[in-house]
Amino acid sequence: MRAFRRGLLVSAALAVAAMTLSGCAASTTTPDGESDGELTLYAGRDEALIAPLLAQFTADTGIEVSARYGSTSELGALLLEEGNNTPAEVFLSQDAGALGALANADLVADIPADTAGLIPAGFTSQDNSWIGVTGRARVIAYDSQSVTEAELPDSVGDLAGAEWTGRVGFAPGNASFQSFLTALRVLDGEDAAADWVERVSANSPVLTESNGATLDLVSAGQLDVGLINHYYWFEDAAETGADNMRAQLKFLPGDAGGMVNVTGAAILASSANDPDALALIEYLVSEKAQRYFVEETYEYPLLPGVAAPAGLPTLESLVNTGLDLSDLDSLEQTQSLLAEYGLL
Amino acid sequence: MSRGTVPAPVPTIAGRTIARRATPERTGNRRAPRPLLVLAIFACAIASIPLVYLVVRAGSSGLGDIVAILGRPRIPQLLANTVGLALAVTASCIAIGVPTAFLLARAKLRFRGFFAVLAALPLAIPSYLAAYGWLAAVPTFNGFWAAWLVLTLVSVPYVTLPVAAALRAGTTALDDVARTLGRGPWRAFWLGTWPQIRPATLAGALLVCLYVLSEFGAVALLRFPVLTTAIQQAYGASFNRNYAAILATVLVLLAIVLVLGEQAARGRARRRFGAVGGVSRHRIIRLGKWTAPASLLLAGVPALAVGLPVAVLFARLLDAETLRALDPVELGQAVVNTLMLAVGGAVIAVLLALPIGALAAKYAGRLVRIIESVGYLALGLPGIVVGLSLVFFSLAVVPALYQTGIVLAFAYGVLFMPKAIGAIRSSIAQVPVSLEDVARTLGYGRAQTWWLVTARLARPGIAAGALLVAVTAMKELPATLLLRPTGTDTLAIELWSRTDVSAYGAAAPYAAALVLLAAIPAFLLSGAGRGRTDGPL
Repeated sequence: MRAFRRGLLVSAALAVAAMTLSGCAASTTTPDGESDGELTLYAGRDEALIAPLLAQFTADTGIEVSARYGSTSELGALLLEEGNNTPAEVFLSQDAGALGALANADLVADIPADTAGLIPAGFTSQDNSWIGVTGRARVIAYDSQSVTEAELPDSVGDLAGAEWTGRVGFAPGNASFQSFLTALRVLDGEDAAADWVERVSANSPVLTESNGATLDLVSAGQLDVGLINHYYWFEDAAETGADNMRAQLKFLPGDAGGMVNVTGAAILASSANDPDALALIEYLVSEKAQRYFVEETYEYPLLPGVAAPAGLPTLESLVNTGLDLSDLDSLEQTQSLLAEYGLL
Repeated sequence: MSRGTVPAPVPTIAGRTIARRATPERTGNRRAPRPLLVLAIFACAIASIPLVYLVVRAGSSGLGDIVAILGRPRIPQLLANTVGLALAVTASCIAIGVPTAFLLARAKLRFRGFFAVLAALPLAIPSYLAAYGWLAAVPTFNGFWAAWLVLTLVSVPYVTLPVAAALRAGTTALDDVARTLGRGPWRAFWLGTWPQIRPATLAGALLVCLYVLSEFGAVALLRFPVLTTAIQQAYGASFNRNYAAILATVLVLLAIVLVLGEQAARGRARRRFGAVGGVSRHRIIRLGKWTAPASLLLAGVPALAVGLPVAVLFARLLDAETLRALDPVELGQAVVNTLMLAVGGAVIAVLLALPIGALAAKYAGRLVRIIESVGYLALGLPGIVVGLSLVFFSLAVVPALYQTGIVLAFAYGVLFMPKAIGAIRSSIAQVPVSLEDVARTLGYGRAQTWWLVTARLARPGIAAGALLVAVTAMKELPATLLLRPTGTDTLAIELWSRTDVSAYGAAAPYAAALVLLAAIPAFLLSGAGRGRTDGPL
């Protein structure tokens, strides 16, 4: 009987322990238009990159930011699932597609036109539902020990030939690869794009799950040519030293394969008119933050007047379809095309 | 004594007749007490939260969409890859795990305790870390065989541990009878010992198979496309939750087939041989010239599963340029968070698994089988799906607890309760009903009897279930990313956020801390820490 009571006590103790697991569920609601000096951000980008920027934001504005880091795909799915119950006020996304999905679900608030207008058309949303923050060029990463830059074509379209059989790798499920294919459809036409996908899929491509994994293969000498975003190379170079990089980059000005994807940010619908949320958006496209992205990640600044990273082709020389990159209907057609040829 | 079972005397090879009489008394017409049934149904309802969520999401697609998605040319390939990998890994885990368990339980070994710990140690390695280590050591490592090797190496303990426990509890008397009747040693093992360890083997194999269905991290790194990688792509590029739900439903259907298959196979085993309780007596085999190959097997799997990835990680640590000054406070906080959440998850998983395990151990019938099956299904789903289902559930039911440690620990409980069900079921099944009946005749109530007799005798199995959940929860990533309190980091999350940007140098201390922390429950599961060599499973 004593053991029985002791058991009850143990259970009670466990219950108390469970309660202590619950931190404080911060869900503050403020009336429209009033600053409460606090902000919850869902950041689909790396903590090591974003945290210093947020610290500077807090120092400059006095607004405290509580940031939740994760991959853009997971946070996008999370925001869709949370709907209007989300604790997030701002979402910083790695790609335009996730922002488009939120806009489609009516989960974002419009960004005031004078802020949204700071970023040139083609690099931001067409309806002010989100704002472009930085740009990333699609590039060819090649194994410098087996391929010379001169051997590489100036267009990704030419990578479907017989001499590249089994030598080209990419991540068909990746959002930025799919943006490139959308650009190819728009620039070269549906037939040419379908023809390219058909020939590439029959050319023994090396399929990966991410841009990073594609670059790893090139760096390890396992793959001659990979289609990736340019800034991945700079991340690796920071880790292993730029001089030790076996993989090298080739930019493709004027080609769909060298198009620019954007990262962006949106204010969640439940925080429309929240001045703190707008303050963060304004900060992200300020000269200070734009320069920070250039220095830390070698991404393209989207604010006119801020210089692009040294050694990179100008943003203007790279293809910009003028398309809404967050247009999901167009994305769906691209995915059907990939699925049709067994790549997705 | 109509409700009791006398522990079987040493049964004979012709145990068929004994078993037929013994089995109905143990599992047959006795009706489950209502409170137990209610608790089990409640636990089953909680386990089915992810399933309800999937039905809602997949159901909001039209039939045309579903047909279009399942009709994609790549789907048959992904399905074949998923099933092929799951079956191959399961088969090799049995092929390695059963002999390993046999050596640990029945062979005369020097350093037996050491080898027992080694056998449990792969549990401490997250599969994505093992895959990363192999990939860094062998750049050409990818595809089916790569995924097969890595998942086999990290999953073998799920078979080894329960089979070793069954062997220690079992007897070699039946083998001896077979030998005296003129059977060879292998045939005698097949007739005498195999039936005793078959349920444990099946239970372990089911956990392995369901785990492989749900695995994402290692298969993605090793470039072997399966259904989980397609589900991840559906979230990551299509932002299409309904598409992801349709694919996840296919995984659930596969899991149902596996769970029913295991139940059918287990049921047959029980009918044929009945309980071999009462006597635990076995001969210890001298290995002689087999000592060297046996030691190689016992040391080889842990060396490849744990030694190689850890060594590679530390090699990277030495030549990385991003080795930033380690923040010990951040690391310490992550250790504390990981530990608290894992313990919370283990407690919740055990509370959910107890009524289901107790019901399945003592009672038969269709309802019992359904409840037990549903309890297992969440294990076949990728963490991101279960995580999203709990976002959906907690916002609808307990919004105040959303993004708190409680909901995350609860998610661990739902995800990993299946790992505790098997251990709890088999340990409760071994408690003689006669003892419970004695307690009742002495005037103890049902709950008291349960607590003082059944739970006490089944304690090793319950503890083993809790430890298995804890070790898995420590390594969990996708559901943790979705459900953790904003700003709370676990070791797995710190590791992910660094490897995601190629900061391998900065990741290494977190990887080491995670493996060391997870090695604690793995060590306890091996049973070596208790001075004796019989593990709790």
